[in-house]
Amino acid sequence: MSDLYKTAVIGDSASVSGFAALGLSVFHETDADKISKLINKLASGGFGVIYITEPAAALVSDTIKKYRSRKLPSIVLIPAIEGNTGEGMRGVHEAVEKAVGSDILN
Amino acid sequence: MARLNVNPTRMQLSSLKKKLASAQRGHKLLKDKRDELMRQFMNLIKENKQLRNEVEAGIADANRYMAVAGSVMQSEVLETALMLPKQEVELEVSEKNVMSVYIPVFRPKYRTDDVNDIYSYGTAFTSVDLDGAVNALSEIFPKMIRLAEIEKACQLMADEIEKTRRRVNALEHIMIPDYQETIKYITMKLSENERSTTTSLMKVKDMVLKQSHDFT
Repeated sequence: MSDLYKTAVIGDSASVSGFAALGLSVFHETDADKISKLINKLASGGFGVIYITEPAAALVSDTIKKYRSRKLPSIVLIPAIEGNTGEGMRGVHEAVEKAVGSDILN
Repeated sequence: MARLNVNPTRMQLSSLKKKLASAQRGHKLLKDKRDELMRQFMNLIKENKQLRNEVEAGIADANRYMAVAGSVMQSEVLETALMLPKQEVELEVSEKNVMSVYIPVFRPKYRTDDVNDIYSYGTAFTSVDLDGAVNALSEIFPKMIRLAEIEKACQLMADEIEKTRRRVNALEHIMIPDYQETIKYITMKLSENERSTTTSLMKVKDMVLKQSHDFT
């Protein structure tokens, strides 16, 4: 089984506009409600991977959590232009904690 | 431990014994599944961590270029330059079964094979830093795809490990001891009944003998 899916990038324009050149669908949004609606729309609209900047993701953490246990889409946090907040790495540590019971990554 | 609320009959006893046997078998299988999932998860999570570090460093690089490009170019020009991309990427998604966890596998498909097609603009009116930013992003992009894949796999596997661990614990600490205790209870009750039948028979025998022969 294989289908073709698209890839989206969500975030403020300075952080994500470069991805447009690679052929990814870029969405400039900074409003929590709109991002949340956008993610729902993209998830059901043939997008397999959604990259979202950490500040944008912080606004819609509930929506992102909803898609964690689904197979698609894969929502990946990327650092914004202001710098890395470490939120993406925290997600990795959370997964370890869930699976192992305590955070054994150092 | 709570004893199950069942009648102490032989039929219940044999059905409980069957249930206990399958619970023990299930427990063993689930334990093996949990161990194997955990082993694979540990490999994946290490790669995930390393990949995330690399991707974050790569994007930080691109962002530095972008910040410079944004400061030397007007934002309208910058936006126009990136407005109509030549390259287009689609993902072919298939799935892989890891211990009955279905994880997605992404394979990027590009519209054109020409590496220069990531530059969607002429170089006359744009800053060289924009080229740098786009180039840095295109270099890190294959890793970003892999990161999306592996991060999803880790999340799904973490869920599954948690679920399996709960099942193993429920079987080990609740269901199996309950069954064992109930089986013991029924066995005791049955032998108790047997003893009581024997003694009452003996008593009746005594009484009958006494009546007919007037012994003792």
